[in-house]
Amino acid sequence: MTALLEARKVTKAFGGGLLDKRVTVALDDFSFAIEENPRVTAVVGESGSGKTTLARLLLGLISPTTGQVLYDGHDLRHLTGEQRRAFLRDVQMIFQDPYEVYNPFYRVEHVLETPIAEFKLASSPQARRALIQESLRAVGLRPDETLGRYPHQLSGGQRQRIMVARAVLMRPRLIIADEPVSMVDASLRATILESLSQLNRDYGMSIIYITHDLTTAYQISDNIIVLYRGSVAEAGTVDLVVREPKHPYTQLLIQSVPQPNPSLAWGSTDIRAETADVSNGTMQVEVGGAVGLVPTAAAVSAAAKARGGHLLTGCPFADRCPHVMAICRENPPPLFRIDQGRVATCFLYRDREVLSSEQLGEVF
Amino acid sequence: MAAPVLRVDDLRVWYHTGRGPVKAVDGVTFDVISEERLGLVGESGSGKSTIALALMRLIRPPGKIESGSIRLDGVDVLEVSEEHMRRLRLATLALVAQGAMNSLNPVVRVREQIVDAMHDHDEHLPARAANERVISLLDQVGLRPEVADRFPHELSGGMKQRVCIAIAICLRPKVIIADEPTSALDVVVQRQVMETLERVQEMLNASVVLVGHDMGLMAQFVDRLGVMYAGRLVEVSPVNDVFAEPLHPYTQLLIASLPSFEHKGTFRGIPGLAPSLLDRPSGCSFHPRCPHAMPRCSIEDPSLTEVRPGRWVACHLYDASSVTP
Repeated sequence: MTALLEARKVTKAFGGGLLDKRVTVALDDFSFAIEENPRVTAVVGESGSGKTTLARLLLGLISPTTGQVLYDGHDLRHLTGEQRRAFLRDVQMIFQDPYEVYNPFYRVEHVLETPIAEFKLASSPQARRALIQESLRAVGLRPDETLGRYPHQLSGGQRQRIMVARAVLMRPRLIIADEPVSMVDASLRATILESLSQLNRDYGMSIIYITHDLTTAYQISDNIIVLYRGSVAEAGTVDLVVREPKHPYTQLLIQSVPQPNPSLAWGSTDIRAETADVSNGTMQVEVGGAVGLVPTAAAVSAAAKARGGHLLTGCPFADRCPHVMAICRENPPPLFRIDQGRVATCFLYRDREVLSSEQLGEVF
Repeated sequence: MAAPVLRVDDLRVWYHTGRGPVKAVDGVTFDVISEERLGLVGESGSGKSTIALALMRLIRPPGKIESGSIRLDGVDVLEVSEEHMRRLRLATLALVAQGAMNSLNPVVRVREQIVDAMHDHDEHLPARAANERVISLLDQVGLRPEVADRFPHELSGGMKQRVCIAIAICLRPKVIIADEPTSALDVVVQRQVMETLERVQEMLNASVVLVGHDMGLMAQFVDRLGVMYAGRLVEVSPVNDVFAEPLHPYTQLLIASLPSFEHKGTFRGIPGLAPSLLDRPSGCSFHPRCPHAMPRCSIEDPSLTEVRPGRWVACHLYDASSVTP
């Protein structure tokens, strides 16, 4: 069966200066597929982990350096006009900042009317009105309090919910939400997340929830992919990963989340302070030869071929890891199957079954 | 109980706009006890950052401190001269601002930035002693001596934030005001910065006022928590009590809306919206959203009252159970 949207062995590298021999690896050999079965998948990572690069790749806003992103089996770079229209309808995006997506000169219904006109979703003004009202109610907004207003007259939470309403209107098969609640206050956050999970339950839409916030990821997702500096650290069903994290990075991450409960103190694991601080840099590797501003696929794939498919030269977490071994600096760890429904890329589990990067989607 | 180092009494800070005064802080009273960590938590527009700025007397027009007093060790900081206030800042009262890491001068090395701060406050040390001081300050915030020779862009966000903490503590202040000190940092780095702040505070025997929106961070860090809503404090209690048994309906709903790893399930947001500070609802500001609203809530403004020992709440539900007559 062809997947709705699939990333196949995708690597994205960004160049440095003209004579720079190093590239920044935003995403290294990543494969994942969204099948028909509607699920909520969280992609969690800190700054520099590649999570936003992944969103942009999946939307076709940027192209992979090597590998492919496929919509219904077709490479996003070579869609026909008709396929492209279908793609734009099937895959919807909710962005982080509910303030910047609106044109301040238009009333808020503009963002709802445009897609209706563009995709001819309504045959009459009455049908259009009914459609708009229904989609607003689906996200818990009262149409009479929302329509006719300008963006500045609404709160951030309301604006973000209208974005969710817009996604509902299109009846997409997949919604990619990049940090949809990070700019919204706590009391409204819950409401927006609830709207998202409702879309999944009631309308059968798949959702990719991209976030740095493990707690909300745990709340709404079925599966989770933890990214660290461009590669998968751990992936699996959300309960397994959050309740019993196996990768040392996931363990550190989960222990560092401040829990809203004074009796659950921050974990006392020792953080290797001097190197930990450098974490908000992405991974840089040499590819041999100057790469220029835009690394070529040839240079990157040649470098990757020499390293067994990966661009990274070792485990990206090695510098911070309390369990680091010699092997970690020599090779990037492959996916090890820890249990049914979870993999981790860590040599601590090197006695387990090895999966190829394309098998990530088969885990959960 | 230990004596308060900082006592804020009936503070009002309004921003004057063409459409009338925005009452960002409207009658806030609280104490900070010596060596304690007090949290002020609230959503956007609740007035928490305005309080932080008012404590430093850094409110600029159109903002104005309308009334009230801020007593630091018995001195009303709202009454002293500008020059006196300038000396109080950093020496007794230091601010680690939101996004402080972006306030470092990009073309000056870390060493000079710390020395500058000390010079500005009449700490003139010979070059060698100044250098030793810088190294020791960096060490206190967990940074290696080499960092002194770096420029800000060579440091990560967490390291820059620690440099800002080093600057804040260079004159051993009694009160450190930290306004969302980790809002742009990743969780692992956030935890390190907060642990640094905790260590520094214990070393200086200082008090910390932590201003923020993250209830999780509050739960991990503070001793007492004040909950802000629409420019007022609605509840002030020991942090364990707030989470175990929140008294104010807003606090109850806020805590119920927090996602955690403990239970997974449905989400409960707080219905309705925070009121406009230009046109606050009559009576209790929370009454339009409150599930327990009574007729008197829309008429009478509840005042912050100690309803159980150490537990202060501004809500008519507790009118009968006041501790003080």
